[in-house]
Amino acid sequence: MSKIKMPVEKSHIMMFARSIGDANPKYYEEKDENVVAPPTFIQSSAQFDPDYFLRPKIGADNWFGSGKEATGMKSSGSGSGGGGAAMGLHAEQHYEYHQPLKVGDVITAEIKPGKSWEKESKRAGKLKFSESVTEYRNQEGELIITATSVGVVTEKPVEN
Amino acid sequence: MLKKNEIKVGDTYSEKIVEDLKRTQIVQYAGASGDYNPLHTDDKFTKEIAGYPGVFAHGMLSMGMTGKMLTNLVGDGMLKKYGVRFTNQVWPGDSLESTATIIDIKEEDGETLAEIAIETKNQDGATVITGSATAKVG
Repeated sequence: MSKIKMPVEKSHIMMFARSIGDANPKYYEEKDENVVAPPTFIQSSAQFDPDYFLRPKIGADNWFGSGKEATGMKSSGSGSGGGGAAMGLHAEQHYEYHQPLKVGDVITAEIKPGKSWEKESKRAGKLKFSESVTEYRNQEGELIITATSVGVVTEKPVEN
Repeated sequence: MLKKNEIKVGDTYSEKIVEDLKRTQIVQYAGASGDYNPLHTDDKFTKEIAGYPGVFAHGMLSMGMTGKMLTNLVGDGMLKKYGVRFTNQVWPGDSLESTATIIDIKEEDGETLAEIAIETKNQDGATVITGSATAKVG
């Protein structure tokens, strides 16, 4: 059960629009609250997931990004060091829009596991795919967006 | 916004969605989206632990930039569906161009919908995103 509760805010949409280089003036006009969020904005609900594993947690010392060493994970003495999670890549993303996502909405998310499958590839060895389906609803309980995400864990880094 | 009497199957629309992608833009995306995976911003980690030549863009940054091409074409709030596959990584320094092709126009539940095929390519002609979208037509 996800604990995501995301208030859709104008300034967050502005920052998101900047980051994807979207100059649509609707995202920047201070007084205009009647704005539909960019199509992939819902992905930033990760900001509101208290357990999101790709964000360093205050007070925790197990963030796997580099500090003094290449990984901040403390070695447990055996097995591989940190970075296992980094072998996960995003393979596919699909959105179905039921209603426009708007400023003022408060969104909750329900995540359901989907299919999983394996495939051999020349560029990255064995690939393990797994799907998850997230339903995003507004404060009225109305379905706003259904998102299907496919992640892939590669046996080795993808050759380029 | 797409207008029924102005579009036909086979129409294409292209946009340059980024020129010489900067590492800083990837950092901006990490900050806005909340995806702080070190693969995208931490060169030391990415080289020494993950085994890649350096940081690379979030797939969702490429999808987000491709999405701006799409909303510029179909208008805000007109999308019914938008989905992609990430077929190649996007690296700092890449320049991407995204193309939408109208592959079908149909009536459904009293609405006119356009089916759109999407492809985003880098400066070497390699496809980094393939996808599709369904948009309402005004």
